[in-house]
Amino acid sequence: MNYMKNANFRAGVAITSFMMIVILIGLFWTPYDPNAMSGSEKFNPPGLSHPFGTDNFGRDIFSRVMQGASATFAIAAATVAIGLAGGLIIGGLTGYYGGWLDDLLMRINDSILAFPAILLALVMVAILGKGRMNIIISLGILFMPSFARIVRTEVAKQKNTDYVRNAKLMGASDIRILCVHIFPNILTVLLSSVAIGFNNAVLAEASMSYLGLGVQPPDPSLGRMLNEAQNFLTRAPWYAISAGIAIILLILGFGLLNEGLSDE
Amino acid sequence: MKRRISYLLIACLMILSLASCTRDPKPPVDPAAPGKPLDGGEITVAMYSDLDSSLDPHESGNSAATREIMFNIYEGLVKIDSEGNIIPALAESYSQSESSDEYTFKIRPGVKFHDGRQLEMADVISSLRRAAGLDSGVALVAAFSAVKEVEQIGDDSVKITLNAPDTEFLPRATAAIFPRDIDPVTQVCGTGPFKLTSRVVQDNIVLEKNEDYWGTPAYLDKVVLKVYEDGEALVMSLRSGASDMAMRLGASQIAELDSLNIIEGSNNLVQALYLNNAVKPFDDARVRQALSYAIDKQEVINLASDGYGTPIGSSMYPAFGKYFMPELTDYYTRDVDKAKALLKEAGYPNGFEFSIAVPSNMPPHIDTAQVLVEMFKEIGVSAKIELVEWATWLDEVYTQRKYQSTIVGVDARDATASDLLSRFVSTAADNFTNFNSAEFDKVYAEAKASSNDKEQTELFKDCQRVLTEEAAAVYIQDLASFVVMKKGLEGYLFYPLYITDFAAIYRTE
Repeated sequence: MNYMKNANFRAGVAITSFMMIVILIGLFWTPYDPNAMSGSEKFNPPGLSHPFGTDNFGRDIFSRVMQGASATFAIAAATVAIGLAGGLIIGGLTGYYGGWLDDLLMRINDSILAFPAILLALVMVAILGKGRMNIIISLGILFMPSFARIVRTEVAKQKNTDYVRNAKLMGASDIRILCVHIFPNILTVLLSSVAIGFNNAVLAEASMSYLGLGVQPPDPSLGRMLNEAQNFLTRAPWYAISAGIAIILLILGFGLLNEGLSDE
Repeated sequence: MKRRISYLLIACLMILSLASCTRDPKPPVDPAAPGKPLDGGEITVAMYSDLDSSLDPHESGNSAATREIMFNIYEGLVKIDSEGNIIPALAESYSQSESSDEYTFKIRPGVKFHDGRQLEMADVISSLRRAAGLDSGVALVAAFSAVKEVEQIGDDSVKITLNAPDTEFLPRATAAIFPRDIDPVTQVCGTGPFKLTSRVVQDNIVLEKNEDYWGTPAYLDKVVLKVYEDGEALVMSLRSGASDMAMRLGASQIAELDSLNIIEGSNNLVQALYLNNAVKPFDDARVRQALSYAIDKQEVINLASDGYGTPIGSSMYPAFGKYFMPELTDYYTRDVDKAKALLKEAGYPNGFEFSIAVPSNMPPHIDTAQVLVEMFKEIGVSAKIELVEWATWLDEVYTQRKYQSTIVGVDARDATASDLLSRFVSTAADNFTNFNSAEFDKVYAEAKASSNDKEQTELFKDCQRVLTEEAAAVYIQDLASFVVMKKGLEGYLFYPLYITDFAAIYRTE
């Protein structure tokens, strides 16, 4: 692996795998029930029994960060998956065929990109309603245009290369050419846009939950935790710091991976 | 020599300061004591939600937050003081017939409306007739639906005749009086200590002092009510000094505000998990009782509001000392086995799922909801919190009754027991929980018909007992209410109703 020589990439792999391990464990096991309350343990500072302390209900923040990171990660991953799938279809078709379809779809694309993403997300949530599934759907749709744009540019570039012409001459169908020949060749570009997209998705989920539109209480998500923690910034600073650090690590890990990928 | 004098001085000072530590005969200025009220000044008050779109004071669907403010603008024949007494307002004096079905009010002379016009008998009559719906056929103010006739007696008195004797009428004679030729839906013009001078919907409301007020005028010149739909933004505005005051904060919100004056009172709200009694599974009383057995009220208060708050057991709060029944508070105590047994009996041996709609701008209710979810888990019931905007809540939950359960606080309009009980009558227009109990309807009707105060009080207590026994809702607490004011503001009065009296607030520096 060439990439492994790159310091950014190595750091990215280290941070991301650490977070992945935490998230995977969080799916199956947490030290405490993340929603279990305890009146006698409100606002305990970080210590041996509660490494990140406890919140206003006496819930263990470490367990909540574990499960909150899982929730945030799952939503971000699903968002990117939907966005990427939509982007591949739209970008593949428009890039490969061009013509009026390309013009039409790309102008729609541009007009969506012209709005601030968070505003559109708010509108989508107002239409679809709150909650985990609706956040995934609305963010997923909003992530499509940027993927579509990247895919389209790359597909258009590959369309006129010799290997595609050869495949055409051999009588391969358009679908086969797109999926088997073109897509694997734009993988590098796609990977780095997925890494960036993933970071944006983590931030978008955190913002939506912070605004109270995403994951609903009492379930934790990193954004939801920040929302709850801001009432106690001076009384229990560890609450906001723990959730904040988890967001930073998630984003930093993928950011560094992306840096490493594009350095090569 | 000089040095000796200075030592002497220091010694004297030390003795003096010691003396002042122990006895403090005449404190120079004690910053904690209420200062001398100063006239004038302007304050900005942070509000949770905008007032209703219609500021019609007779509108029965007004929210508590709207009535809280309208108290400063409109007045009726009588009004309530902070002790809960009924005091004369636009009526100078009043009398009640022996049979309690005729009330006569002598109107106060020389009262001016906010637009400068003199209050005339015709204004009083037209306002009261409108409230009672004598001309339109629909009584706007529920309490006035029993009014048969409003007549002028002599030059300065008005007589209200009721369909049936009602000893509770006087405290409800608070229906607002406004000029006879305005449309109260679009215009705001009352006689209160403050007048509304401007309103930007969803943003702010400006109240200015009524210079011609007939009673004790307000200290402040101007009160700006600023709307923060978001609870956190509201707290931040207080921290940053953008707002000077806020009412009805929860325990979790004041934790960050220790640089301000924090006054503890009670909210005078019946906070409960209101269950839609018409939908499954809550149409079965045993299910509702099971939920009541699942919770530990004191623990809810400890967890959600740092131990501030008073547990309650029925639709009545402690400020109504005459009717409040402390014994109902412990009618249901946490008993997981009993709750499970009741669920099994009702046909839900494995529990069930339901959703709790909570207004998203009310952190105290959201906190309570989170604790309840955990407590219900232990009896096998899984509850899901659904945050809804206030406007959506009013429409879908309160008006259309399309919900399973909700956590809110319900207040009383006037200082009467029936205000907190009438909504559980099966046919009541505001019976948003769809509670339906023949026994309750019967006892409530008897209570309303009674003209003996003692007997009536007992019957109202019976009403509460029915609500508790049938578990109409899972009654939780009267939330502690914290009023936060910038240092240098004093005079906040806690009323037994959901009211803020801005006229009493003053600056001290």
